[in-house]
Amino acid sequence: MDIIWTTPNILRALAGGVMIGAAAALLLLVNGRIMGASGLLGGLIDGTGDMPRERLAFLAGLVGTPLILVALTAPPPTNIDTPWPTLIGAGLLVGIGTRLGAGCTSGHGVCGLSRFSPRSAAATATFIAAGILTVRAFG
Amino acid sequence: MRIIIATLSGALFGAGLLFSGMTDTEKVRGFLSLLGPHPWNPTLAFVMGGAILPMLLAWRLTPSRAPLLAPAWPERLTGLDMPLIAGAVLFGIGWGLVGLCPGPALAALLWGGAEVAVFTISMAAGMIVLPRLRRIA
Repeated sequence: MDIIWTTPNILRALAGGVMIGAAAALLLLVNGRIMGASGLLGGLIDGTGDMPRERLAFLAGLVGTPLILVALTAPPPTNIDTPWPTLIGAGLLVGIGTRLGAGCTSGHGVCGLSRFSPRSAAATATFIAAGILTVRAFG
Repeated sequence: MRIIIATLSGALFGAGLLFSGMTDTEKVRGFLSLLGPHPWNPTLAFVMGGAILPMLLAWRLTPSRAPLLAPAWPERLTGLDMPLIAGAVLFGIGWGLVGLCPGPALAALLWGGAEVAVFTISMAAGMIVLPRLRRIA
């Protein structure tokens, strides 16, 4: 199996990961909240979540900060080559799936796994397996 | 104060996603290529591993105190159920088709071009229709 390994890329991944974990730890230890992107957004826009202003503040930081950072440098490539209908279908699947399954990569994958939650471990193993099979089938 | 902390957390999350390269869908699809067809890209594993480290420490602090600005810790759900697994399957398929999950989709929303915008709006639409689908079913 060919592996794409470049050490600077891996070090950036680790450092960026620690930033993500620190963001989750801050929200947990101060606000007592799980930092899950799908839960914080979903609960705001479907009207079921508490504290809409706090959710909006989190989302403003999440959406706004990368915009400022890429304006200072140059936007990195997103490398999306998906046809439009697939893009819409995939978005719908991610939206429905993360709300039905009560979490995504941040909520289950970061916050849940670090809590040794069996539910999050099962969800994470399942969405990674489904992702692997999907990439295998459709590229 | 809670609002300020939430903004800071979101900002740090967004910066971390950008810095780690998770807004590059090629890296994500590369990670999911464990069975092919692309060469395997381990970046996402290091991002997730790096993110879990501070959270392992954070959870260790939780039994002996309360959150600084909240009365209690998040509820701990137990037991596996069908919605959890079915939802994870649907999410994983959508994730594999494009290479975006909710965090990176939001982080790239305003600069990632029309593709990211269309994906993120579709994702939000899915989140809004789910409670209605549930009511019908």
